[in-house]
Amino acid sequence: MTLETQVHQKNLVKWAADKPEVVVFSADLTSSTEVRRFAETYPDRFYSFGMTEQNMMSAAGGMAREGFTPWVHTFAVFLYRRALDQVQMSVAYPNLRVRIVGFLPGITTPGGATHQAIEDVAIMRAVPNMTVLETGDAADVESVLDVAQGVDGPVYIRMLRGQIPRLFTTPMRLGRARRLRRGSDVTLFTAGITTEEAMRATQVLEQRGVSIEHLHVTTHKPFTDPAVLEAASRPKYGVITFENHTTVGGLGSEVAEVMAEHGVGKRLVRLGIPDTYAHGGSRPYLMRHYGLDALALVRAVEKLVGEDLNIGEDDLAAVRVEPVHGDFKAEAL
Amino acid sequence: MSWPQEAKRVADGIRRRVTAFTLKNGGGYLSQACSSAEILATLYTRVMNLGPSVAPPVPPPFGGVPGKNPDYTTGAGYNGPHEPERDRFFISPVHYALVLYATLVETGRMAEEGLEMFNQDGGTVEMIGAEHSPGHELMAGSLGQALSQVIGIALGRRRKGETGRNFAFMSDGEFMIGQTWEAMETLSFYKLDSVIAYVDANGQSADGRIDEVMGIEPLKERLEAFGAVAVEVDGHDVEALAAAAETPHEGRPLVVVARTNPYCGVEVLSERAPRFHYIRFAGPEEKEALERFYVRKWGGRE
Repeated sequence: MTLETQVHQKNLVKWAADKPEVVVFSADLTSSTEVRRFAETYPDRFYSFGMTEQNMMSAAGGMAREGFTPWVHTFAVFLYRRALDQVQMSVAYPNLRVRIVGFLPGITTPGGATHQAIEDVAIMRAVPNMTVLETGDAADVESVLDVAQGVDGPVYIRMLRGQIPRLFTTPMRLGRARRLRRGSDVTLFTAGITTEEAMRATQVLEQRGVSIEHLHVTTHKPFTDPAVLEAASRPKYGVITFENHTTVGGLGSEVAEVMAEHGVGKRLVRLGIPDTYAHGGSRPYLMRHYGLDALALVRAVEKLVGEDLNIGEDDLAAVRVEPVHGDFKAEAL
Repeated sequence: MSWPQEAKRVADGIRRRVTAFTLKNGGGYLSQACSSAEILATLYTRVMNLGPSVAPPVPPPFGGVPGKNPDYTTGAGYNGPHEPERDRFFISPVHYALVLYATLVETGRMAEEGLEMFNQDGGTVEMIGAEHSPGHELMAGSLGQALSQVIGIALGRRRKGETGRNFAFMSDGEFMIGQTWEAMETLSFYKLDSVIAYVDANGQSADGRIDEVMGIEPLKERLEAFGAVAVEVDGHDVEALAAAAETPHEGRPLVVVARTNPYCGVEVLSERAPRFHYIRFAGPEEKEALERFYVRKWGGRE
């Protein structure tokens, strides 16, 4: 696994080169949302809206009506919290091709509760017409652009910035989870930054004899991938969801809805931020404090299988995460 | 007929039709017709360069919301086709819907039968207009969002090299809203002189007199401080309303603050002061008084 920096910054400029319909909106966080290079490369297609997120969102709807696809960039909290009415009435109701790019998902920022988007998936999933995507690595961050641009309606993207791992060698696909591991004891669904943590844990868990089916979810809505139901139906002990989001309304709820609607009688353990606001701090601290790291997952698996597997932090730290193919070549893993 | 005569005829027709509906329905947004009749009449008959309606004279039934829906229809076609050199019209306070529908009938853009569909279940001629309602193009019922949407449209049209102007019809109550001022600073920042807003400054909002609800004055000076060219006119003077659109405003948005009277032309309403937002008859006497007023002014009702 390699760590890469400013993936969106570099990729967006290349990607948008032959797409004159793509314009970028920014709300005074141009560098912080990695669109500075776009602004410098295509100044004519870059629109500064200052700190007017409500106004910016409605304007994005207006410009989409004229045939352009605004890519609206700012911190997620200022989009789905501050500008939710505008998201709904100026963009989602008219089903316009606006791409809402929200940064700082969950506890990926030390900025504290005002900056941490911990319930955005729950809220945006409830908005009619909205497609909801989440990125977990560099390949997701790059390929989410094509996926979003192919949707004839509004799209919300949980975006990553700064230093991010490259976990996958294939592009993300709409409505298709990436299968990272085949197994029969526990089925694990992860999304965003929890996937990398889970990849550490699952290697050690396999070594200790727990067979794990692992899917990385990039499409929260529509949540219709048949692989989800298939994977949730099979495990011996149960299903675990693991998300950088509160346990209300996000990935855990998505999987629960599918399981309940199909009468899947398996236990479901939802790991995530436990229905609380977080606070400011370093990412390792926050991941430990709110139970979002590999060790938290290991403990949940132990509880589910009813066995102490004697796994410690040292075991997890020693794990080397290698990039994997997406679900196309799942069988080869 | 000269254009001012025609504008006055349309304004009178707007008041007559909305008064009739208020009597028929036992209530309605009548005061808004009183205050804005000349503004809408002047915009439609004199100021805006709109093509003829491209929508069916009798509005279609509700075909569902936008999305994966082939039956969806927009109400924009009543304002003519979208063409590069044509103006566009956007209504922001969509509880004025009936006033706009009456305007469309008076200007030959919608059939009278369409007005009969007002507020009927399953129709598009709704009480609070949505983008499928005749003459509407945007979702504006959550007040304060339309002007920002017009910014996006105006920027998009500029990108395409279109020369048509973009008219927003607003109410003064919307100047209580933060987003309106965000929009105003953005219009100035982008030098969007293709945007012209006409404000029905009737001094009224839902709770009553605006100056007892929230402070928005001096509106003209505030607008100027935000970088707009603002002119104040008598909102019942069709010639002044038309002349206001010619105010030089290169590189800046133009806002016409039309000072209006919430019972102009239906003076019997003045007894309701200061509550005009939605006319709901307090008792049979009030309705009878309006009925008598109607007969005296316009003759018998159908």
